Amino acid sequence: MPAASEVLSELASVPWRRRAGAASLRTRGRIWKWFTVVYVAQWVAVAALLLALNPMSAPVAAVGLAMAWIVPNLYAARGATTLRPKGPRHEHAEPLAQGFLGDLLGHDEREIQRHTGLAVEPGRLGTWVVGERGAALVTDGGRRVHCFCIRTTDPELPPSDRIAHLLLALRTDEEGFATVANHTFAGAPWRLSRRIDRHARPALAAAQRRT
Amino acid sequence: MSRLIRMDSTGHSTLAEWTAADDTGFREASEAFRRELDGGYIGVVSDGPGHATQVRELPADADLVIMRRPIAGG
Repeated sequence: MPAASEVLSELASVPWRRRAGAASLRTRGRIWKWFTVVYVAQWVAVAALLLALNPMSAPVAAVGLAMAWIVPNLYAARGATTLRPKGPRHEHAEPLAQGFLGDLLGHDEREIQRHTGLAVEPGRLGTWVVGERGAALVTDGGRRVHCFCIRTTDPELPPSDRIAHLLLALRTDEEGFATVANHTFAGAPWRLSRRIDRHARPALAAAQRRT
Repeated sequence: MSRLIRMDSTGHSTLAEWTAADDTGFREASEAFRRELDGGYIGVVSDGPGHATQVRELPADADLVIMRRPIAGG
């Protein structure tokens, strides 16, 4: 067994998953895009057809249009949960943990983390925004974001230590990190930005600028 | 001075410190490192901006070795 490794050891817990990479993320992004387009288009078409056949069916057509609006937003909301603060705040230990996390970050990233609670991390696949229980990856020149649900297995850690755990794992093996994490959403960053907390939006905007 | 720290519920705890000339200190740090591995922790060396390496033995020349818990999707 080598003394050092650039492969995430947690990959052993998901042996059935193919290793994620730029190509697989592009494919996932396209699938999400076309699924959303087809989903919205079919409901809009149904609504238009109903109105064309009988204007009295307007209430039913409105339900169809509501479906076209609500369901894609629910997916975006699910993605946004990956960047929301979760779990106990551990106020007594958080200052020490935040100092440690700050040491891992550069000056600009430290300021962003202090104001938004999210760590921005440039990677080979894109630019990451790392939260307490998940991460978002901005790709394709800032035009697409992937959301991942991933967490440390110790629930007693202060919030900044939870971020530091994910950050160190990400830095060890970026593709392994994306493989272990559960992919929850892909779409345009504006769809995610509307659903995350207002104070967290600058982190996503910074990631878009750096991608 | 090199340090071995563990991220835990206190923020982080310093488990051991050693210098290149301090064989006893390094041996004690190696034992502490192994105990943490046995307890399910993972050793990581931060190699500067954007890069970290997972280690299974305590590197004598690292400034800082961090013990972290495993991560999981969910």
